[in-house]
Amino acid sequence: MNRFAALLDQLVLTPSRNGKLRLLTDYFAEVPDPERGWAVAAITRDLEIKSFKPAMLREMIYERMDAQLFDLSYDYVGDLAETVSLVWPGQHGANYQPGLSEVVDTLATAKRAEAPKLVEGWLNALDPSGRWALIKLITGGLRIGVASRLVKQALAAFGDKPIQEIEELWHGLEPPYTELFAWLEGTTDKPVNAMKAPFRPVMLAHPVEEKDKERIDLAEHIAEWKWDGIRVQAVSDSGIKRLYSRTGDDISGAFPDILAAMTFDAAIDGELLVFDPETDGFQVRPFNDLQQRLNRKTVTKKLLASHPAFIRAYDLLWVEGKDLRALTYVERRQRLERLFADTQPERLDLSEQVSVSDWAHLTKLRAEPPLAAIEGLMLKKRVAPYVPGRPKGEWWKWKREPFLVDVVLMYAQRGHGKRSSFYSDYTFGVWRSGEDGDELVPVGKAYSGFTDEELKRIDKFVRDNTVDRFGPVRAVTMGPDDGLVLEVAFEGLNRSTRHKSGVAMRFPRISRLRWDKPAKEADRIEMLEGMLA
Amino acid sequence: MISPADLLHPTPAGLYCPPGDFYIDPVRAVDRAVITHGHADHARAGHGSVLATPETIAIMASRYGEDFTGTRQPLKYNDDVSHRGVQISFAPAGHVLGSAQVVVQHQGLTIVCTGDYKRREDPTCPPFEIVPCHIFISEATFGLPVFQHPHTRDEIAKLLVSVERNPDRAHLVGAYSLGKAQRIIALLRLMGYDAPIYIHGAMQKLCDLYKEFGVELGELKPATIREKGRAGGDKQDFAGKIIVCPPSAMNDKWSQRFPSPVSCFASGWMRVRQRAKQRGVELPLIISDHADWEELTTTIREVNPEELWVTHGREEALVRWAELEGLRAKPLSLVGYEDENE
Ligand SMILES: [Zn+2]
Ligand SMILES: [Zn+2]
Repeated sequence: MNRFAALLDQLVLTPSRNGKLRLLTDYFAEVPDPERGWAVAAITRDLEIKSFKPAMLREMIYERMDAQLFDLSYDYVGDLAETVSLVWPGQHGANYQPGLSEVVDTLATAKRAEAPKLVEGWLNALDPSGRWALIKLITGGLRIGVASRLVKQALAAFGDKPIQEIEELWHGLEPPYTELFAWLEGTTDKPVNAMKAPFRPVMLAHPVEEKDKERIDLAEHIAEWKWDGIRVQAVSDSGIKRLYSRTGDDISGAFPDILAAMTFDAAIDGELLVFDPETDGFQVRPFNDLQQRLNRKTVTKKLLASHPAFIRAYDLLWVEGKDLRALTYVERRQRLERLFADTQPERLDLSEQVSVSDWAHLTKLRAEPPLAAIEGLMLKKRVAPYVPGRPKGEWWKWKREPFLVDVVLMYAQRGHGKRSSFYSDYTFGVWRSGEDGDELVPVGKAYSGFTDEELKRIDKFVRDNTVDRFGPVRAVTMGPDDGLVLEVAFEGLNRSTRHKSGVAMRFPRISRLRWDKPAKEADRIEMLEGMLA
Repeated sequence: MISPADLLHPTPAGLYCPPGDFYIDPVRAVDRAVITHGHADHARAGHGSVLATPETIAIMASRYGEDFTGTRQPLKYNDDVSHRGVQISFAPAGHVLGSAQVVVQHQGLTIVCTGDYKRREDPTCPPFEIVPCHIFISEATFGLPVFQHPHTRDEIAKLLVSVERNPDRAHLVGAYSLGKAQRIIALLRLMGYDAPIYIHGAMQKLCDLYKEFGVELGELKPATIREKGRAGGDKQDFAGKIIVCPPSAMNDKWSQRFPSPVSCFASGWMRVRQRAKQRGVELPLIISDHADWEELTTTIREVNPEELWVTHGREEALVRWAELEGLRAKPLSLVGYEDENE
């Protein structure tokens, strides 16, 4: 556990990407199986330990120390695992160090009731760093600024293999990845992805910035609408059918309607959308409707009828045993069209190709798309192969401008991680008429969009203008004549029954601080309600 | 017996003693000041008179100039003076060179004000002494159970290991110029590191002063890179070397002159991982000149006062702890002391 803890500590404190890669490859070289594989799974968050839950940790610590002292500590540190690791009363003389595999194996077979006792024994024996690593490992909350792609890159570097090969294998592999390491070290052949209907890493687009426009020759590109759904991959392979999210999560269970329509032997890249059952053709419903279908393991008949799903197909990656990814976009598109003609799948249609003459035309299309469910345009190079990741200069996305609203800061909460000493999580509201005149109603939360300098200024505002505290949350001065106005940018608005205001914003972030604007001139709820379709 | 609050109580200018008519570590200019130690937030210039240890007086003179006060009243540890019937003496606080606890006695009542203190190894000053008292006024910079500092020598060893492993890189150790810097240097010497140690220009005067008071710092050289017509070393001469500088210089352009510097920061705040990350520290050294939670609570138990008053830092938790111990305690809520410079 100490070697793993040291790795995590160094990863947290090493700012450079190359430095992190070196730490990981050194670790792979030094640490044997299955230890290193479990470490990989912990960092890529592919490890799930079912018998232990974070709530148990709180109970365990409250048995050991005064709750008020613990809460003061937690409020200061801002991270549960770190707080517990620091305040845990270690036992002198307890010096047995569990390895990662021992922890994982023991907890895998333990019953829920036994888990706390086991964890307690390990916590007693470890030092604060070791405790922190253990807690992060077993609660799955490892956010150390290392993306799983970076780990795959380190694995690729360690075995001197192209990263695509690792990504492709990934979803067919299980921790602790011993066959993968054996292949990377050259002692065995490449593991065969035994999985039928595997996920293929997706190709992503770069946002178009002003400076890019002159480099993009529109004649060499094909434009398509960018739909406001979720990117999926529908794979049907000798009778095995799977629907994947763009990160490779299997979401088949919630979409039997799509699965039933996959009457082909192919891997299709497309957008998952919900259509209006009352009208002919696929009339796309707002993202909110799709949201009802997401994040569930199964789906009711009623929901299937009221919120039917379909896929708007963008691309064809594989068909009847043939990998098409090396072909050009135009060639793949032709194959896709042929597949549609041959199989005529229900619940799938082809993404329309939009003809554009020049940037002025494109600008107009972006500003006034024919449907609200369109969130911009895509530009795909005619000759581009399908390359996983975000290759430069192949695909572009040009999203419509975000919506803006002026809101008043209502509550602030201490951030987590890097921002734990700042009030960096903000709840904001807009005006509405209440019984006693105008009042603020919360409409959203934002955690990003500001610079470090702006964060410091908001933090100071919060500290200087606190009127009430509830645990880690502070309420700030907010009235018609005092209060901080923020300009918030967001991508869309949904109806919501969970929010007092009845609306929920998508991707809200702070775009400007309006120190100049009196709070009473912030926007009203009616303005947002007007945006709901 | 005089009531404690009549002998010492907080005012906007600092802790005031009405019968003796003096302030302890006042944050504004006053007629009579008793100063616990030389850190800027405790020792300010411009008082009518200053009563402090000879070391603290020398530190103040070196920082603020010879005219930092009207009258100087040096008082050695364990000597005492009487002023308007109030007896004042100093006991070592173990915080920095010259740091003292102020012991105030009047009409049978004893109050001890610690200023800042610690209980860990520090070759640059005598260790903290327990003084029995009725009222104990403790600082609380690290007054939270999360602050349990590791062994100081283990932290120094971490630095030495890193220096050995990275012979191509300079180690830039950020340390507060008064106290922390000299303590790190003295500990490195005690642990057998005898190569020259390079210091930032802002530390020269205080290091010289420490040497005058007999603290062994070994060979110190200025951390300057040779420029046209000026003395100094080549950039590469600093590879594998230890450079001590004020924390503020670490993220400065200044630090970029050295070969791929490893930024180290010696501070009790480094206990919290995200604090280290925030400051861009690559090698955190958890070395503090303030008592950690364990030291605070042990000291209070050893002193065993009738009542505990808590000043600057995280008063709330220490007061809560005292409550659980059945010890009467209150926060003094003094303003004007900083703890970020630890
Ligand atoms: Zn202090
Ligand atoms: Zn101090």
